Amino acid sequence: MIKIENLHKSYGTGDSRNEVLKGVSLTVEDGEFVVILGTSGSGKSTLLNVISGLEPADEGTVCYDAQNISSMNDRELTKFRKDCIGYIFQQYFLLPNLNVDKNVKMGADLAGNKEYRETIKAVGLEEKRMKYPHELSGGEQQRVSVARALAKKPKVLYLDEPTGALDEATGRQVLDYICRLKKELGFTMVMVTHNQNIAQMADTVIRMNSGKIVETCRNAEQKTAYEIAW
Amino acid sequence: MIISLKDIFKMIGILIVSFCAVLVCTLFLNYYIDITAIEEQITGEMAKILYEAMRSTAKMISALCGGCLLLTSVVLLCFYIGHYVDTHKKQLGILKALGYSRFAVARGFAVFGVSVFAGTAAGYLGAHLLMPKFYELQNGEGYFPAFDAAFHPGLFVALVGFPTVFFALLAVLYSFHRLKVPALSLMREAVNDKVVKAKKETDLPFLAELRKSSVRQRKSLVFFITFAVFCFASMMQMSLGIDELASIMMSVMIMGIGMTLACVTLLIATTSVMKANAKTITMLKVFGYETGECAKAVLGGYRPWAYIGFAVGTVYQYGLLKIAVEIVFADMEGVPEYGFDVLALVVTLAVFVLLYEGIMRVYAKKMEKLSVKEIMLD
Repeated sequence: MIKIENLHKSYGTGDSRNEVLKGVSLTVEDGEFVVILGTSGSGKSTLLNVISGLEPADEGTVCYDAQNISSMNDRELTKFRKDCIGYIFQQYFLLPNLNVDKNVKMGADLAGNKEYRETIKAVGLEEKRMKYPHELSGGEQQRVSVARALAKKPKVLYLDEPTGALDEATGRQVLDYICRLKKELGFTMVMVTHNQNIAQMADTVIRMNSGKIVETCRNAEQKTAYEIAW
Repeated sequence: MIISLKDIFKMIGILIVSFCAVLVCTLFLNYYIDITAIEEQITGEMAKILYEAMRSTAKMISALCGGCLLLTSVVLLCFYIGHYVDTHKKQLGILKALGYSRFAVARGFAVFGVSVFAGTAAGYLGAHLLMPKFYELQNGEGYFPAFDAAFHPGLFVALVGFPTVFFALLAVLYSFHRLKVPALSLMREAVNDKVVKAKKETDLPFLAELRKSSVRQRKSLVFFITFAVFCFASMMQMSLGIDELASIMMSVMIMGIGMTLACVTLLIATTSVMKANAKTITMLKVFGYETGECAKAVLGGYRPWAYIGFAVGTVYQYGLLKIAVEIVFADMEGVPEYGFDVLALVVTLAVFVLLYEGIMRVYAKKMEKLSVKEIMLD
């Protein structure tokens, strides 16, 4: 379980100080799929960065079961990310000099996962294992990024606008892959998006505005990537 | 124009190298001209032999040092301009898209000549300040009549004016060549991002793969680092080993140039590796790789090449001095026998290990400070 209490985060100092998170609290259960919705500047990406240990909070706590990551130093946070967290970004951030196989191996080696080629197969890229990122389409690159994140067998997967750079068909396909793998592997998933329709796929939907959670609701039924509107 | 004075200051490497080159060349060429002018006043067999030796040494050192440092400056300039174009593709692309011609954009790169002017002028001035002491040392035995250093305008033009114009022109021409890309490609930052693929599939651990690929991707840096260490090893051992063959001043000068060249080149090369791999390092950190592992993967691949450079530099300096003693100075009396200096090798190796590993450690520390947010937003 992830327990977040009273998170505050601001950037800049003096007159240019901008408080991005203003006392955010929430709880994410194990295996839950949470979608954080909000317009640009609402603080959703900052919240994701802080709760995933990429950025420190100014105030407040983030606990993973008994582990309080807010008090961890850089080395401990690195180990925590290595052991627990997977990331998928809007811009993919694949390593351009390495082929699909090696990019996925980046995640796999951290978990000692020798079966990582199964994950490449699961995202439908077995045929393109030896291709380099520039030889792939946007959707394929995002699928590599999905495989890379999942090959490290994370307990929690964070996704920052994973379909933001993709067209509708590819976006649906990528989401479908992620959700199918989630069902199979059972990890917790926290996704930031501005696409309201994706919220219908989640267990819990959190709406943010001006650094605060303004609404939390649970979906009685989760739709698939092909059932939602785009 | 998008090139500011701040960018010119970043070319401190070229400034230092041109300073060293002109300092050495001015000292020896000025001395060569001045001593040639008093040739008729030199009498006595020993004095004549020494006179010829001094002239040969001055010519050889000016040609070797000047040539070597000139070549280094050209490589550094091209490398820096290439790096500048790579890191400012968007801005350069916008200028081209707005209607500025390729030449109009490239013309702005002429300001890089300013750093060469600053270096050469400082070198020339420094040489004239050192000249009285240098002349005194060169005539230490008192074989030649006393003579003062004269100012030779031709030398000033050749060592300060000419390099400034040459490097300004080179900067324009090279940038003109590098900008031969459609504006749209520049704006999309799609230039020179060619991926060098692995020739065969291997099943190495990920970090070993990454180490191999970062070296494969930036072969120019392999050359740079090998060359830097080659210069360091050869010049430092040479300066330590020629105490019986040349003056202390020459030893110090050679060592200074070797150290400067090595440090400047290593720093430029390592900075470039870091900048080129900033995103990769950040992603490694995000995924949970430790800083030490990132440093090993990104910088570690160059270490074997550095040691190869050291070995080649060691052999080169030994061969060069052996040839100089046994062939060039063969007819001269009193030239001591030259053997391989093991102590010089040990001292140089120890200093090199400290210097190289120290620089790598500093850059590993820099990796810790790379901001994930900044890279993500870039």
